[in-house]
Amino acid sequence: MQITPELMLFGGIASVAAAAAVGVVAFNNAVRSALCLVLNFFILAFIYFTLNAEMLGIMQIVVYTGAIMVLFLFVIMLLNLGAPQMLRDRDDPKTFAGIALSVLLFALLGSQLLPAFLTVTQPGAPKDFGAPQNLGRVLFTNYVIPFEAVSVLLLVGVVGSILLAKRKI
Amino acid sequence: MNGVPLAAYLALGLFMFTTGVVGVIIRRNPIVIFMCVELMLNAVNLTFLSFARYQFAAPVGLSEANGNINGQAVMGGQAMVVFVMAVAAAEVAVGLGIIMAIFRLRKEIDIDDMNLLRG
Repeated sequence: MQITPELMLFGGIASVAAAAAVGVVAFNNAVRSALCLVLNFFILAFIYFTLNAEMLGIMQIVVYTGAIMVLFLFVIMLLNLGAPQMLRDRDDPKTFAGIALSVLLFALLGSQLLPAFLTVTQPGAPKDFGAPQNLGRVLFTNYVIPFEAVSVLLLVGVVGSILLAKRKI
Repeated sequence: MNGVPLAAYLALGLFMFTTGVVGVIIRRNPIVIFMCVELMLNAVNLTFLSFARYQFAAPVGLSEANGNINGQAVMGGQAMVVFVMAVAAAEVAVGLGIIMAIFRLRKEIDIDDMNLLRG
């Protein structure tokens, strides 16, 4: 596996994303966790751009960073919880066991899956892989039934969240 | 990109996924648990998209001789990412509504204290 400039660029971007992912779990303060997740989603959109999926990268920024994380931040601010210290102190053995088990999971999955794909370095998809025209055509021809099902799901989500937010039904 | 092995993208996806698993197990604030679930969903999105981009040789069962359209294999990963994004958006809206309803009732959210399936 040679060290090409593209690999170094990807390494730089991916290390920021990985650090932000660790920051989501590590910070006690919920607002800092949410902001780390915003950074992670934003960097992930740039990784989608390096994979030539422009439409999905923009959708990642608009949907995940711009809507879902804003919703999370609104709920965190609205709940306005007290000091997070009380939720942390009694938990030391679970923290250590959780980190040890996740390192074990990473090693187990990584050792079986990653070496098989170390030699695949040339992307095989066509040049306009992530163009909106191709994605839209596929969504409306091959995957039209899941597309309609997702629209019903979004309707159910809207009705459900309005129902949950009302004080008197 | 040319020159980046597929294993690099998969390693980042696997790291994000295991970090999300740690977060779901360790944290006690249900909003942060929810955010770690979103982290896992994004790791899965990255894995789908990187497999869709690096089209290595398809196994025998997926070849055109069996009636499968080649275009479906190329764009299937991206369509899956679209559907995962839509499902995650709907799930976040309803899940945060549930958390707010519980908080309105109990005035505190500690996930270890909520062990009954009623309010």
